[in-house]
Amino acid sequence: MKVRLIIMLKQGVLDPQGKAINHALHNLSFQEVQDVRVGRVIDLEVTETSPEKAKARATEMAQQLLANGVIEDFQVEVLA
Amino acid sequence: MKIGIVVFPGTNRERDMVIAFERVTGFTPQIIWHRETALPQLDMVVLPGGFSYGDYLRCGAMAAHSPIMREIQAFAQKGGYIMGVCNGFQILTEANLLPGALLPNASLRFLSRDCHLRIERNDTAFTQGWKQGDIFRTATAHGDGNYFCDAEGLKRLEGEGQVVFRYASPNGEIDPSNSDFNPNGSINAIAGIVDQTGRICGMMPHPEDMVDPLMGSEDGKPLFQGIMETLTR
Repeated sequence: MKVRLIIMLKQGVLDPQGKAINHALHNLSFQEVQDVRVGRVIDLEVTETSPEKAKARATEMAQQLLANGVIEDFQVEVLA
Repeated sequence: MKIGIVVFPGTNRERDMVIAFERVTGFTPQIIWHRETALPQLDMVVLPGGFSYGDYLRCGAMAAHSPIMREIQAFAQKGGYIMGVCNGFQILTEANLLPGALLPNASLRFLSRDCHLRIERNDTAFTQGWKQGDIFRTATAHGDGNYFCDAEGLKRLEGEGQVVFRYASPNGEIDPSNSDFNPNGSINAIAGIVDQTGRICGMMPHPEDMVDPLMGSEDGKPLFQGIMETLTR
């Protein structure tokens, strides 16, 4: 089973990388871009067959290692 | 005084730390490889700078969850002293031994330059070699040194006096919005903190780089003198 973690900086945490990309997009004339936030996607291939259990385990992994709760929020999706 | 310096794959500032302790205190620290499963009898554990585990995932995240860190957590519980410099500070926050987190520098650039720090309190092992309000020059060498914690955490840190080093101008002015004086954009210009017990300290700059006239300055010496005074008392 495949589980996807999407990790983003929390609202209010400065994202200088997003700011730099926003600026670069403006230089390329994409003036409609108002804000850019950059995150991280982690795909996990797991042996678990129950989507609920897989999600719960991935949540534990995010809390213990994959995301830093001080600065990041995460979402878990079961892909297949 | 027994000092242990922990080396992870990618740690690269351990020898500078050894030299600083030897030169200033006369004591030779021992090097501890991260695969060790037990710590020797120690007064202080030092996590030096570098790029442990290639900074994978987040700076310090992999090292913070390595087996030796369980021993270091237990050492902290028993009242041991711990100092983390640069990557060591990042590891201590990732291991929840210190609050907050280190974000990429606000400039997005790796920072390799000198800075000035102001001593916010001198009643800790790490700062007692200085007077409160003293300014000293030190070196920075990091990409992720932008200290961050949420508003509530910041209130607690400041309220409990856990901020021990702050980035400052050479005259000691603090201006968090000025990148000349607060080079990485840290919240409240925080450069180093201690935990609530005062025995665990983390800081981004490198006082071990300035302990000999040949290094250009001896401004970092009081750190090591203060540690020795505390641990040999």
